[in-house]
Amino acid sequence: MAGGRIRRRLNLNNIYAFTCRKSTFQEDHSQIGGPGFSRVVYCNEPNSPAAERRSYAGNYVRSTKYSPASFVPKSLFEQFRRVANFYFLVTGILSLTPLSPYGAVSALLPLGLVIAASMVKEGIEDWGRKRQDIEVNNRKVKVHGGDDGMFREEEWRELRVGDIVRVEKEEFFPADLLLLSSSYEDSVCYVETMNLDGETNLKVKQGLEATSSRLHEDFDFKEFKAVVRCEDPNADLYTFVGTLHLEEQRLPLSVQQLLLRDSKLRNTEYVYGAVVFTGHDTKVIQNSTVPPSKRSRIERKMDKIIYMMFGVVFLMSFIGSIIFGIVTREDRGGKTERWYLKPDEAEIFFDPERAPMAAIYHFLTAVMLYSYFIPISLYVSIEIVKVLQSIFINSDILMYYEETDKPAHARTSNLNEELGMVDTVLSDKTGTLTCNSMEFIKCSIAGTGYGRGVTEVERSMAMRSGGSALADDLNVAADRSGPKIEGFNFQDERVMRGNWVKQREASVLQKFFRLLAVCHTAIPETDEATGTVSYEAESPDEAAFVVAARELGFEFFSRTQNGISIRELDLETGKKVERVYRLLNVLEFNSARKRMSVIVRDEDGKLLLLSKGADNVMFERLARNGRTFEEKTREHVDEYADAGLRTLILAYREVDEDEYVKFSKNFNEAKSSVTEDRESLIDEITDQMERDLILLGATAVEDKLQNGVPDCIDKLAQAGIKIWVLTGDKMETAINIGFACSLLRQEMKQIIINLETPQIKALEKAGEKDVIEQASRESVVKQMEEGKALITRGPSDTDSHEAFALIIDGKSLTYALEDDFKQKFLDLATGCASVICCRSSPKQKALVTRLVKSGTGKTTLAIGDGANDVGMLQEADIGVGISGVEGMQAVMSSDLAIAQFRYLERLLLVHGHWCYSRISSMICYFFYKNITFGVTLFLYEAYTSFSAQPAYNDWFLSLFNVFFSSLPVIALGVFDQDVSARFCYKFPLLYQEGVQNLLFSWKRIIGWMFNGLISALAIFFICKQSQEHQLYNPNGKTAGRDILGGTMYTCVVWVVNLQMVLAISYFTWVQHIVIWGSVALWYIFLMIYGAITPTFSTDAYKVFLEALAPAPSYWLTTLLVMIFALVPYFVFKSVQMRYFPGYHQMIQWIRHEGQSNDPEFVEMVRQRSIKTTTVGSTARRAASVRRSGRFHDQLNKNTIAISREEK
Amino acid sequence: MSSNTASSSAGSGDSSAARKNSKRPKYSKFTQQELPACKPILTPGWVISTFLIVSVIFIPLGVISLFASQDVVEIVDRYDNDCIPAPARTNKVAFIQGAAPKSCNRTLTVTKRMKQPIYVYYQLENFYQNHRRYVKSRSDSQLRSPKFENQISACKPEDDAGGKPIVPCGLIAWSLFNDTYTLSRNNTPLAVNKKGIAWKSDKEHKFGNKVFPKNFQKGNLTGGATLNPDIPLSEQEDLIVWMRTAALPTFRKLYGKIETDLENGDTIQVTLQNNYNTYSFSGKKKLVLSTTSWLGGKNDFLGIAYLTVGGICFFLALAFTIMYLVKPRRLGDPSYLSWNRNPGGGR
Repeated sequence: MAGGRIRRRLNLNNIYAFTCRKSTFQEDHSQIGGPGFSRVVYCNEPNSPAAERRSYAGNYVRSTKYSPASFVPKSLFEQFRRVANFYFLVTGILSLTPLSPYGAVSALLPLGLVIAASMVKEGIEDWGRKRQDIEVNNRKVKVHGGDDGMFREEEWRELRVGDIVRVEKEEFFPADLLLLSSSYEDSVCYVETMNLDGETNLKVKQGLEATSSRLHEDFDFKEFKAVVRCEDPNADLYTFVGTLHLEEQRLPLSVQQLLLRDSKLRNTEYVYGAVVFTGHDTKVIQNSTVPPSKRSRIERKMDKIIYMMFGVVFLMSFIGSIIFGIVTREDRGGKTERWYLKPDEAEIFFDPERAPMAAIYHFLTAVMLYSYFIPISLYVSIEIVKVLQSIFINSDILMYYEETDKPAHARTSNLNEELGMVDTVLSDKTGTLTCNSMEFIKCSIAGTGYGRGVTEVERSMAMRSGGSALADDLNVAADRSGPKIEGFNFQDERVMRGNWVKQREASVLQKFFRLLAVCHTAIPETDEATGTVSYEAESPDEAAFVVAARELGFEFFSRTQNGISIRELDLETGKKVERVYRLLNVLEFNSARKRMSVIVRDEDGKLLLLSKGADNVMFERLARNGRTFEEKTREHVDEYADAGLRTLILAYREVDEDEYVKFSKNFNEAKSSVTEDRESLIDEITDQMERDLILLGATAVEDKLQNGVPDCIDKLAQAGIKIWVLTGDKMETAINIGFACSLLRQEMKQIIINLETPQIKALEKAGEKDVIEQASRESVVKQMEEGKALITRGPSDTDSHEAFALIIDGKSLTYALEDDFKQKFLDLATGCASVICCRSSPKQKALVTRLVKSGTGKTTLAIGDGANDVGMLQEADIGVGISGVEGMQAVMSSDLAIAQFRYLERLLLVHGHWCYSRISSMICYFFYKNITFGVTLFLYEAYTSFSAQPAYNDWFLSLFNVFFSSLPVIALGVFDQDVSARFCYKFPLLYQEGVQNLLFSWKRIIGWMFNGLISALAIFFICKQSQEHQLYNPNGKTAGRDILGGTMYTCVVWVVNLQMVLAISYFTWVQHIVIWGSVALWYIFLMIYGAITPTFSTDAYKVFLEALAPAPSYWLTTLLVMIFALVPYFVFKSVQMRYFPGYHQMIQWIRHEGQSNDPEFVEMVRQRSIKTTTVGSTARRAASVRRSGRFHDQLNKNTIAISREEK
Repeated sequence: MSSNTASSSAGSGDSSAARKNSKRPKYSKFTQQELPACKPILTPGWVISTFLIVSVIFIPLGVISLFASQDVVEIVDRYDNDCIPAPARTNKVAFIQGAAPKSCNRTLTVTKRMKQPIYVYYQLENFYQNHRRYVKSRSDSQLRSPKFENQISACKPEDDAGGKPIVPCGLIAWSLFNDTYTLSRNNTPLAVNKKGIAWKSDKEHKFGNKVFPKNFQKGNLTGGATLNPDIPLSEQEDLIVWMRTAALPTFRKLYGKIETDLENGDTIQVTLQNNYNTYSFSGKKKLVLSTTSWLGGKNDFLGIAYLTVGGICFFLALAFTIMYLVKPRRLGDPSYLSWNRNPGGGR
């Protein structure tokens, strides 16, 4: 098979100027063999005794939490680490002793059910991870079969250290490999490391010449033997130290030869590599940290409530024990000897002679009895609810992305309600806000602007301000373009379809397009069937240029060792001709140079230097006679930048032979030098060359925003969520995107903090590290202070709408994040409407996230798509990964994955709000129902001289939490909707209920607990009073404990379920079934249980059919209790609903009344729901309205309203 | 295929798209959380009408219940103090535990006609039949079947006498109430029927008809009544009634039924044996004669409570009506929306 492929043996090495640097023996290599550098790899002989002796770990990767053997003990341990569960375990164990007020089964059964449910959930989750492991471990790779020169497919997990593997194009490396040779002559290969560091551009790796020269084909490996000695496994992705022992030769190895697991082979047909690190030894897995287990704020608060409840339980037990002790002591004889208890023969628990001891034992008993105050099923119910909520999130069709076939995916369910409380969103840029696809959209050639394409920014602006007519227009225009070409959104009939020849400046146009077609490092690929050419480029904007050139008639179709072939339209003949440009040198792009050039010799033998680069470096390199269009071009460039486009300046010059010979000589010398200043030497030589250029024009490429990003940001801003952008990109790009998505706008004051001051630059040249550091720090602090001063001064100015934006670069961030200054930085940043951190490293992203999280104490959400966002995602309270792009690293370490940024709107405003309101109501209700139940137990206690006799039958006790009250509360947690999705969108400020945690405030929690107390008092005293003297039915029978218990229990079941009816605001058939079902289940249970032999049912035997049901007083009591117990809540809610409605309640009113009934009220709410945002397109539009001053009156009204609110 | 085309208007093209997009969530009203739902909110109409409906139902119920309770004729006579001869009253416990004759005569007057059946109860106060130690001190299996005679572990310390199991064992049985009442009207004896005073299920299923009392009250201390060892437990209805423990420390238990009407002005002589010791724990003893209504015995509580709740609801309905009329919804006061207090967008 491999032989049938077209082999491209290109030697690209010599045309690169910088990257392919030969590794030399440096100091590092002397350490080999020493501590930390002990690894020895026997290439191609993994079975040899020497290799066996080393017994390195296999390539099996395990990410599961449990193994089959450890599952039960480990997950049990996990379960009982929770205080509440541990408490129940203790009471369960105690229930086996005579201390127990009830049978052991009443304690152990619910505990067993709850623990089993949690363990099943754990098991299912771990099974998911296991399946993923199996998938990864069973991927196939071609492995050399030993000594027969044949490569066979094997599973990844079978790989051993020393194996030789062959990895094909677009495949992932199965382990850390030593690159031996590739399909290219000089064993260069391209690697995409997106999974490792999130960078999308391709990295070049190169094998040693010693190996590449002899290993070309599969059978070459038959005799191949080598030994690698290298460092031990470590997490550093950017270093590798090793030596290759090959036939007496000792060759140094560097990271240049190391192919890392989980990176991908690109643009290269195949590579051969020797496995160096396997499985958990690989750098990427060494790098992976255990994902921190996150708990939501609500759950943490819930823990506090549980501790509080423990306090209540202990207090009640304590009071009971004291009274019990006193009463028991009085049994000693004298006035109140209860002889029927035989106190003189009592065991220790009731012995009046040892009353203090009895009281202490009683305390334990009471703690067991009052365990019903702590909702045992709370944790497991919440877990079930969250899993179901996650299923709803996953199956939301409005968060499903058709193009990549990706629905939303909640990877952990613990954080659902946290989604409703997000205060700050920290977003990555590339791949998150933008698609990471570049579209050639406009250009300026010879001072004339071309291109009628419409950018996303312009479209969004037009949509909002101009009404729909203009927007429709634009949409139509976009639609007309027919089949879409990726990376190309350029429309201009003046230059398309060969019309450019008719333009006045046709020769400039020709040079411009030719430059686009030639000056790049892309590799063309011709589809044999259709003849179309596609390109693989290091960066998406480069690909956009080549595509643009192709579409405009300059089709680059082949790259050879030193030539670039192009089909172009000849200006004179008007025919398509093939031209070959001899590629002499490539002067690559890097962030310092901000430009790239190629030197080519065209068919006429002319030497041309073609160059493209950022405007600030290019304009200063123009020749005096090359500035003809400078002014016009600058204008266009500014225009483009305003529209959020990336611009590059194109220029060229002709080089004469002598100059080139001289350059070539110097250049090659510099390249082959091994001295320290090699880079700067090359820099200088190329700098000399790239001068006196002649300007051709400028290109504008749209870093395409993802669909709906500006709208989404606007909605989030209206919901009061702050958005920070943390990007690794350049400051200019970041600012462009900031404008594009309305995070920045014209009249915002930009506070830019960077270290590009001349002073610092001068110091950098001098190169003294300490001095630079000191000066930089001072500069950053000074800039921050200035910014802060600006902000504090701000509001006093006339314009109250003034907003600030903070833009800070990575280098400055290093200093700003130092312990001494980070508070200052945070103050400054929180004072600004938008914050953009550019050029920030993954670590800085994580640090900023941590700073926001711990500094403000609010919930943070990080969203990103690349591996460079992993730290940030893990650090934030919620990490949202963008799925859909190939890299899965971010998704793997995220808590939730969505396919598009815009789904964040639905995720937060709808699902987040729902989950938050559901979970908080659910927890409140949980405590309500358990307090209701527990207090009735306590009150009954008081009438049994605190002897810890439960009011209810054992089984009633144990099933309360499990059967008669669990389903409705789960339904509440899963289905309730305080406000429908439509209204969530309409009133984004509703989201603030979560941010400010209004629904789970102590006030509300205590209120619900108080309500529980009221219900319990009503239940107990009404039941007790109505059975006073216990003359019970028309037959003169009296009521015993069984009947009082049964009546009270019936009342409890009714009251808590009816309370649920009052509490929920969304009644579907599910609610009806579970609520009425729970009540019915109680009666059914009572009948079934009562029919079982009395040995089992004890005092509940036939209690319903014989005693309760025929007695009218039972039914009358139930009715009375259930109404009476609910009246207080009903009154409270009626008053609140009418006079102090919460925000969601106001919206309920609006929904209920339609919009006509009370227009004034609707208007009030709607006005209040529109927050005066400072970012987002609404703010931008508002700003432009303000500028024009058209709605002056409106403005005045607003300011008055605001000032009133401030009071 | 056919189902796909049937469901989607776009036909086969759509179905192929559906196949391709395998991960597309299925649309249903359920998964999209769009189930048809009733979304009740507390509008003034609802609030007022709810309260009105409650009061309209509750007030008549209260009246009926109160009438029922008023219909019941009840004679209560506390005798624990009076049945101790005056000289012995300084040490009642010694008297009750002593050997002196404990016979005592009481006279009750019927103030209102009582229709049969008239129930005779004894009422004990401050007696903790619901004490955990007491409640647990019984053996249900032993009561049911002679096979389980030896299941007495729960009955301590009243489990065996001289190594032989006590039937029925435990503190409850041991402390069986043993005052007896003999009633006569106008000097003619008044029959008190002691059959049919226990719950049927107890008689039939909890107390075996082959279980006979054994070794009962043979321990070192006699608690309450003795039982005839020749009558099976299922026929010992006094015991069955006693064994069904009371919920609260004040309770009545059925003693027997009088199956003739008592006329207004009748005097009833009660000759009672005051055997039961409630003196050591200061408990009261009362004899109660009562008729019943459909609601049970005399207890005004339910009726009053219904009337009260009905009244409160009526009052609330009025109050809300007035409130809604007098104080319409507050408009334009956003101060309770806390986030409006700091409108600064940037913060």
